[in-house]
Amino acid sequence: MSTTATVENFPNSSAEPQENYLNARYGVRSWLLTLDHKRIGLLYLGTITLMFVVGGIAATMMRLNLLEPQGTLVEPETYNKLFSTHGIVMVFFFLVPSIPATLGNFLIPLMIGARDVAFPRLNLLSWYIFVTGCLLMLYVVFTGGIDTGWTFYPPYSSSYAHTDVFLAAMAIFIAGFSSILTGMNFVVTIHKMRAPGMTWFRLPLFIWSMYATALIFVLGTPVIAVTLLLLGVEKLLHVGIFDPALGGDPVLFQHMFWFYSHPAVYIMILPSMGVISELITAFSRKRIFGYSFVAFSSLAIAVISFLVWGHHMFVSGQSVYAGLIFSVLSFLVAIPSAVKVFNWTATLYKGSISYEAPMLYALGFIGLFTIGGLTGLFLASLSTDVHLNGTYFVVAHFHYVMVGGAVMAYMGGLHYWWPKITGRLYPDLWARFAALIIFVGFNLTFFPQFVLGYLGMPRRYAMYPAEFQSLNVLSSAGASVLAVGYVIPLIYLIWSMKYGPVVGPNPFGTKGLEWTTQSPPPTENFLRTPIVTEEAYNYETAPEPEVVRV
Amino acid sequence: MVHGENPTGFAHQFETLEQQHDAGRLGMWIFLATEILFFGGMFMSYTVYRSLHPQAFLLGSHILEVKFGAINTAVLICSSFTMAMSIRSAQTGKKKGTIIGWLILTMLLGATFLFLKFRFEWYHDYLEHTMPGFGFFYRPEWGTHAPQVQMFMCFYFFMTGLHALHMIVGIGVLLVLTWMASRGRFTSQYFAPLEISGLYWHFVDIVWIFLFPLLYLIRY
Repeated sequence: MSTTATVENFPNSSAEPQENYLNARYGVRSWLLTLDHKRIGLLYLGTITLMFVVGGIAATMMRLNLLEPQGTLVEPETYNKLFSTHGIVMVFFFLVPSIPATLGNFLIPLMIGARDVAFPRLNLLSWYIFVTGCLLMLYVVFTGGIDTGWTFYPPYSSSYAHTDVFLAAMAIFIAGFSSILTGMNFVVTIHKMRAPGMTWFRLPLFIWSMYATALIFVLGTPVIAVTLLLLGVEKLLHVGIFDPALGGDPVLFQHMFWFYSHPAVYIMILPSMGVISELITAFSRKRIFGYSFVAFSSLAIAVISFLVWGHHMFVSGQSVYAGLIFSVLSFLVAIPSAVKVFNWTATLYKGSISYEAPMLYALGFIGLFTIGGLTGLFLASLSTDVHLNGTYFVVAHFHYVMVGGAVMAYMGGLHYWWPKITGRLYPDLWARFAALIIFVGFNLTFFPQFVLGYLGMPRRYAMYPAEFQSLNVLSSAGASVLAVGYVIPLIYLIWSMKYGPVVGPNPFGTKGLEWTTQSPPPTENFLRTPIVTEEAYNYETAPEPEVVRV
Repeated sequence: MVHGENPTGFAHQFETLEQQHDAGRLGMWIFLATEILFFGGMFMSYTVYRSLHPQAFLLGSHILEVKFGAINTAVLICSSFTMAMSIRSAQTGKKKGTIIGWLILTMLLGATFLFLKFRFEWYHDYLEHTMPGFGFFYRPEWGTHAPQVQMFMCFYFFMTGLHALHMIVGIGVLLVLTWMASRGRFTSQYFAPLEISGLYWHFVDIVWIFLFPLLYLIRY
């Protein structure tokens, strides 16, 4: 822990703010027509926060309804719409773009020492495409909803659909193009825009994980696009493609859906792993343990992620041999994931650890992701999956990965780079408090669901037998704690944009090109193109933290 | 000059013009990888259903007119040649009229393809009630295969329709290139937009090279 000093002691915290990307130009036009990757990152930040609120409200209503076995709040039909809305909005409109589109957009050029991404116009276009998808989805949600579940399985989405499946599918189709363009932009940027001396093995690990994510964006998203398009054609023309009643094959839909949607899970977790690699090194003030292993494990996860989709279909009528192979391949994913966890832990060993708010999120991530990952192995085993498939065990498992993993890392990353984004620090005490609340609330919400699932409570039902009530009440109570945990940062982060203490270029004294330029950075990122002469995380040459505790 | 482009087409975020060309080329290749996966999803579903219903797909293939498919294949291959020539004439520093000429020829060939496709194939299918969703009529000779014949036609329209959509986008791109060429933007030093758009145009042609046998020729 470093010594405490006041903000006034810093040479950089002058009263007159320097010209930066935020104050270079003002007005709505300057934001809506901006080509600056930093501003586009913030546009995404605002958009996905709104979508998170929509998905969160749906989740809150579900948990309220499940307080009593017969349901307290809504009709079963409405409940179907609630969980479908929650799933679709959170997966396609929050988690997939969360870290890549906000932190990725903001940080990739800064971290590699570039002035912008390779295609700034495409970058802005991808935001507009995303917003179009969001608006269409919100239109569907508020004019009748959608009740197929986020997976759109036929025949729920064809013969038995009572809602506007076509429009919802088109919303995701459109948003998908935003992912494709972002992925393209990132791959080209990382290949072609690195500063002199920034070799591949000097790149921060966040860049490696964003690169792996971008590959999945580019290669996975078109498949879901064509699948949803085929589903739309089937709905519009009423000809059999996936609907068994019309002569189609519903299992083919599942294959094509999961060919994207399983890699999509890694779209959510890979960027988080990148953020965690940064946070762990930053707050242990130590070189990462096994740089190249962590870097290549990201690529390994991206590659293997395309070969495991069948583990979602063990009970869907695929052949036993296919199931066997998918099971083995799914176990393989555990290897690169474990490499990362072990290397983070080894990095902590003998590190000079400080428990700043971002570090609390990072440590929370390691624990929760480990639980989420290990319970995934239960589901990758053929025989246990038959028992657990379609129960709350699955729900708990993927929430441990997506919320306990991806959202924790997103929050941690947002806090860590907040001084860089805004030039101001968040209130430290509140931030640590919120991190703790989120960790407790999260476990309270989702741990009981492992038990519920093991006992056989199926997911996606508005009602349940009375003996499951105590665990459900526990889970709902946890959800309310979790909700409080998310509202607190929303308030203090907005507050800090105006009232937070002003910080210098490198408040935490950490390594990385983004910390060598002023906070917030100028529009062109660096006043002079940086020249890189050392590996990432060389903490022997790191500056002392500017102490900015409040 | 913060976010603008200067007249030579050099964008501010790059260090050199060469870096900009490399980035553009790589970007297009990645986009084409995306497109391969996009069409790949369709080819995969086609393959699955053809292996499930081989007889119906054979019957469906008889609905299509090989004559038009073959003519259109030739038209597209010619258009790939004219596209390549437009790049070549920029590279070798030919006059802008030559570049524009090749570009216009490429557009005309593309338009010919679309005209033949829509006027003599799609419209004909509509009149013959072989267009799914628009009064598709089960012919007695198909027997129990009729629903799967309809599925074949559904794939036919879906695949050729998406291909046609790509052609239309391609013609739009060519219009922009023609406009750029008319302003004398292309020189033997700077022809990256031509080259990158050419990649796209050739890709769309190659997709057709796969579509033609899979849809028209499986009956032989």
